[in-house]
Amino acid sequence: MKALRYLLEKEFKQIMRDRFLPKIIFIMPVLQLAILPFAANFEMRNIYIGIVDNDRSVCSQRLTGKILSSGYFKLTDISPGYEEGLTSVEKDISDILIEIPAGFEKDLGKEGKAQVLIAANAINGTKGGLGYSYLSTIIQDFNSDSGYGVRTAGSITSKHLYNPHLNYKNYMVPGIMAFLLTLIGGFLSALNIVSEKEKGTIEQINVTPLPKSLFLLSKLIPFWIIGFILLTIGMIITWLIYGLIPAGSFGTIYLFAAIYLIAFTGLGLAISSISSNQQQAMFTAFFFMIIFALMSGLFTPVSSMPEWAQKLTLFNPLRYFVDVMRMVYLKGSRLSDLPVHFFVICLFAIFFNALAVIGYRKSN
Amino acid sequence: MKQFLSFITKEFHHIFRDVRTMIILLIIPVILIILFGYAISTEIKSSPIAILDYSRDNVTRRLAEQLQASEYFKLYRTAGSYEEVETLFRQDKIRLAVIFPAQLAGAGEPSIQILADAANPNEATSLIQYATAIISTSDIAVSSLGAEVRQPGIVPAVNLLYNPQMKGAYNFVPGVMGLILMLVCALMTSVGIVKEKETGAMEVLLVSPLKPVYIILAKATPYLLLSMANIAAILLLSRFLLNVPVAGNLILLVSISILYALVALCLGLFISTIANTQQAAMLLSGMVLMLPVILLSGMVFPVENMPWILRVFSNIVPAKWYIIAVKNVMIKGLGMAFIWKEAGIMLFMILFLIAVSAKRFKTRL
Amino acid sequence: MYVIETDKLTKRFGGFTAVDRISFRVESGEIFGFLGANGAGKTTAMRMLCGLSAPTSGKATVAGYDVYRKSEQIKKHIGYMSQKFSLYADLKVWENIRLFGGIYGLSPKQLARKTDELLHALHLDGERDTPVNALPLGWKQKLAFSVAIIHEPAIVFLDEPTGGVDPVTRRQFWELIYDASARGITVFVTTHYMDEAEYCHRVSIMVDGRIEALDKPPALKETYHAANMNEVFQSLARKATRGGV
Repeated sequence: MKALRYLLEKEFKQIMRDRFLPKIIFIMPVLQLAILPFAANFEMRNIYIGIVDNDRSVCSQRLTGKILSSGYFKLTDISPGYEEGLTSVEKDISDILIEIPAGFEKDLGKEGKAQVLIAANAINGTKGGLGYSYLSTIIQDFNSDSGYGVRTAGSITSKHLYNPHLNYKNYMVPGIMAFLLTLIGGFLSALNIVSEKEKGTIEQINVTPLPKSLFLLSKLIPFWIIGFILLTIGMIITWLIYGLIPAGSFGTIYLFAAIYLIAFTGLGLAISSISSNQQQAMFTAFFFMIIFALMSGLFTPVSSMPEWAQKLTLFNPLRYFVDVMRMVYLKGSRLSDLPVHFFVICLFAIFFNALAVIGYRKSN
Repeated sequence: MKQFLSFITKEFHHIFRDVRTMIILLIIPVILIILFGYAISTEIKSSPIAILDYSRDNVTRRLAEQLQASEYFKLYRTAGSYEEVETLFRQDKIRLAVIFPAQLAGAGEPSIQILADAANPNEATSLIQYATAIISTSDIAVSSLGAEVRQPGIVPAVNLLYNPQMKGAYNFVPGVMGLILMLVCALMTSVGIVKEKETGAMEVLLVSPLKPVYIILAKATPYLLLSMANIAAILLLSRFLLNVPVAGNLILLVSISILYALVALCLGLFISTIANTQQAAMLLSGMVLMLPVILLSGMVFPVENMPWILRVFSNIVPAKWYIIAVKNVMIKGLGMAFIWKEAGIMLFMILFLIAVSAKRFKTRL
Repeated sequence: MYVIETDKLTKRFGGFTAVDRISFRVESGEIFGFLGANGAGKTTAMRMLCGLSAPTSGKATVAGYDVYRKSEQIKKHIGYMSQKFSLYADLKVWENIRLFGGIYGLSPKQLARKTDELLHALHLDGERDTPVNALPLGWKQKLAFSVAIIHEPAIVFLDEPTGGVDPVTRRQFWELIYDASARGITVFVTTHYMDEAEYCHRVSIMVDGRIEALDKPPALKETYHAANMNEVFQSLARKATRGGV
């Protein structure tokens, strides 16, 4: 056990002396938290809209005025006809096109019914879909304002809990922090042991009577501590940029982060142990990382996935940690609300580290 | 020339000997296509809800049934108290709760309350819309809650262009192509060259009679071929698995892909002139190349909503131009006339990167 | 008393037999030269004895411990210096000494004393705070050797310790080896410098994975009617079918 102290001294000196690592440890959270939430945003503003108004009536102008003042759309094209409007969609000048037919106002007044045509560029399903649903909502509003359509029962009230201002960034930021710890814990540790293999220094360690669990522990602890520093920097940045502080307790966050970091560093070390060069370790880590990230609910909700994919996410440690971060940050969930998450992350920690110990062979 | 060929052969052996990396590189596009094609979506279905019913009469029972019958919701539990609803939210068991008050019918009575977990605001907004629509338009609500059906008003007819089934594939297939080419060409090349630098093998090569440009070419060729194999796999998968055929000219699509692969190779080369260790090369490639491809190329997230500074920055991400070109050719079926601008930008990027790398390469020696 | 004993020790990689039924014994305190052309199997044999590689068949004990079952016990009693320089290049001289001393369980007091002694003996007193990668190769090798025996092991394994080093430094290196041997440390050394073979108490010569000759240098020269070890080696190595000479 005494040897651990000397090994840790060595690891920390090596990390501090590296030209890139300390910088990356500080730059990464700043960059990611400052940029990612703005980029990873499904809020749709500025959908480019093209308008073909063949009616040019008071009524049609009232409709287009309502659409443009909604804040979701930006007028980029006014075409004389549907064909011209389509060309502008083709050229990506507009994303969505609304055509108001001639006789629109007359039909609406006479028959209580008139048609408009909406054409959305649906290559980007999200954009097309959202643009269309915003437009329909606006048209529905228009209808009920003017006394058409179903008048809804007035006695329904709704409430948005936990994120009343509907800020999408608040949703992304805790998840991104979870991802950040995953990147550092997983990638850097994955490259660590294998780089000692490439340099040959591991031979010198392998001929000593040092138990392998102790050697692995000396690799795990530094990344564990780096993870804590990262998390703390991350939380400070989150507070500075987004004014977001956890609704739940810091204790819960740190507790989960502690176990999660052990789990993921364990996975990184396991990858490192079974790889023969850094390139291989890197791609193996990348492979897991990309699947874990996509299947974690970080970017798209797990509940939107098909049944089989939802089952797969049960084997994804990142999924649990993203959940935990979001729940504690936004909903103030307590440890007692998260027994399953706690248990599963602990299991992952044991499993991955066992893999690392088995995978690391002092002899071949 | 013979030397050059033997050198390429050596590189091939080198790369293909690492079976695990090869398998990963060939499998990643397949997995990405499957995940994006079948697993990744923002579509709402079967969201777990709780119902708290203080009234327990026929109307509320009927409304609860109609909520459950909808494809959007599935009942997680009938809650006994408001506290229980709160706990269920905190434990992430439900996304939405509907609370029926003790007395429903008649004006001036307490209202039906819909609570949504707005941690994810988009989802919450849609869920509230769906629930409100179901409750307010249900026959029982119309008859007993005073909703009223009037003349229809404006009826929108919708035409979803290019992608009538709203298949995400039209959006992500080009994105996956952009990502894979970047991964194989830029990341592999930069790490590969830096590795030779680390082990000192680069020095040996540089004193050999081979010109540096051939050495780089020899290193790049296997990755270029590998990435083309990946593109072929992606196009086949998208044609036969996702039923997304290539609408435009295949040769044009392949040419533009090669052009982009060359940009990626040049980027990899440029990074290898900056980085001294494989770790540094990897982190640089990861942060400077991969992340922007995923984020700023419009593959997952719409670029239009981003702050202007990110939108400006997205212009120097080669993947953005490549993806626009691929969408035009592959999905819209447009010809060269519609992609000359993108092709020109990429060509300019290649020349720029080669010039900068060559300068750095020389000063280093 | 024998500190190394092997009996038909063999290592195969797939169909390739790197080490083919070698049997020999090394006495305590001996300087044992382990010679052979590149690819003859020296390093593989040595790695098996150090517990870095599991033998395919045969028997071997090192410091009285079986290589199959007690490899971790063996590691407490040996030192090893590999062909490839393998101290931590980004750590300073004293930090490397401290690390390996610490791993072998030296107390802080012993560590301080050992560090001073070692630096003094190597004339590196002024280089205490120099990062190891800034040292000339010869100094690195001497440092690596001293670190390998910092815990006073029963045996030290040296795999081509003087590769790429100038003759003067090689001479100094051998003085360190003699010092260690005088303190009772058995030295097991591979080399392909034949003048170094003359310094050994006994040498074995490996050809194609097998030990073809094993004796004291003068006896070998007599057997092969050779003027020096180089001729002995040449006459044996000529039989080799693999590797490059």
